Amino acid sequence: MELINLFTKSIFIENMVFAYFLGMCSYLAVSKTVKTAVGLGAAVIFVLAVTVPVNYLIDTYFLQQGALTWLSPEFAEVDLSFLTFIMFIAVIASMVQLVEMTVEKFAPALHSSLGIFLPLIAVNCAILGGSLFMQQKDFVGIHEAGVYGLGSGIGFFLAILGIAAIREKIAYSNVPAPLKGLGITFIITGLMAIGFMSFMGIDL
Amino acid sequence: MQQDNFDMMSTKENIESKTSSEEKKKKEMIMFLSSSEEKEHFLSKANRKLLSDPLDDNNPITVQVLGICSALAITVQLKPAIVMSLAVVFVMAFSNMIISMLRNSIPSRIRIIVQLVVVAAMVILVDQILKAYAFDVSKELSIFIGLIITNCIIMGRLEAFALGNGVYKSFLDGIGNAAGYGLILIIIAFFRELFGSGTLLGYDVVSWTGLYDAGYENNGFFLLSPMALIVVGIVIWVQRSRNRKLIEEN
Repeated sequence: MELINLFTKSIFIENMVFAYFLGMCSYLAVSKTVKTAVGLGAAVIFVLAVTVPVNYLIDTYFLQQGALTWLSPEFAEVDLSFLTFIMFIAVIASMVQLVEMTVEKFAPALHSSLGIFLPLIAVNCAILGGSLFMQQKDFVGIHEAGVYGLGSGIGFFLAILGIAAIREKIAYSNVPAPLKGLGITFIITGLMAIGFMSFMGIDL
Repeated sequence: MQQDNFDMMSTKENIESKTSSEEKKKKEMIMFLSSSEEKEHFLSKANRKLLSDPLDDNNPITVQVLGICSALAITVQLKPAIVMSLAVVFVMAFSNMIISMLRNSIPSRIRIIVQLVVVAAMVILVDQILKAYAFDVSKELSIFIGLIITNCIIMGRLEAFALGNGVYKSFLDGIGNAAGYGLILIIIAFFRELFGSGTLLGYDVVSWTGLYDAGYENNGFFLLSPMALIVVGIVIWVQRSRNRKLIEEN
């Protein structure tokens, strides 16, 4: 039950895009058509669901204060948490590279549809944000971290799918010239975020 | 005798070639540092353009659409926005400079990882400095200092500029782009703090003017996240109606 709550919460209430504005750059850049949006969204789900648990393990067994006691009790005082950023980003960048190579080898069809988005993901703030939020939330086990990563990814997927669908339709509308393109996308995202705020009152 | 003469000749030649190679090296060094064929003034027109262009015509947020993620979340109040802008100026200028120094020795296949590591090291510096000297602000900014690493402006400028330009130019480009980013950040934070909580940098501006007695109330909606997006939308609207050439075709 706890896990289902966490899952729903990470999709709707703490939506990466609408509540924290993470992953905005790719969200705006790749949302012109539904097809590319789905590709990027799927890649983000996958990478988040993998990197958040991996970073959880690194955080618990290497970085936190006293995390190294499994090596020897002498290390109880060692606190490596200042290395957090560099470790997390290294894991994400190498994971993305690994995922890209695996997909290229075993699923060429998927690779040709996702391929270009995979390298982009290494610098998507939603991915690093997922890991950093994970660190703040003090999860009790790797299963919670995994569910959180998966949920956040799905939240991003929903958001980018929604805006891409709206942008495809809005191409036919008469928008004031200076507002065309980027401006109207921001305002629509704002309105969508107001919609997502209605989930905020739900206490899970 | 002849031998001797020949030796002298050769050493002379050697010396000459040595000096010429040294001169060449020196020249290369100068080229490397200033990255321009002619002697260029430190603030020549082209260099000034590097600084001023990103403020309006080529603004990272409203035109290049880079670095939106952090721009929105930390603009509820003016103070964290200013701190964030300064942090980005620092990280951006120095990582641009370092990558530009390394640009000829980075293999292109692993350049993204190298860039990320350089940026991450800069961000760790900023984070530790903030934790030491401005702990409350660092708490307020929470994960967003860390997210400077994946701030697309930084990666974007490293890829687009620092990998192909000299050190000093990259440094200027870094400062210019970070300033353009900071400018938008401060504009958004100004309006959000003024309308949302009626203060500026923590000073009660609205109560001085006596508007509250006339029935004015703060608009709490400005403190929420959707309003940040809408304010950016309006900033873009204003900028593009002033500067018509930025309007998108489709």
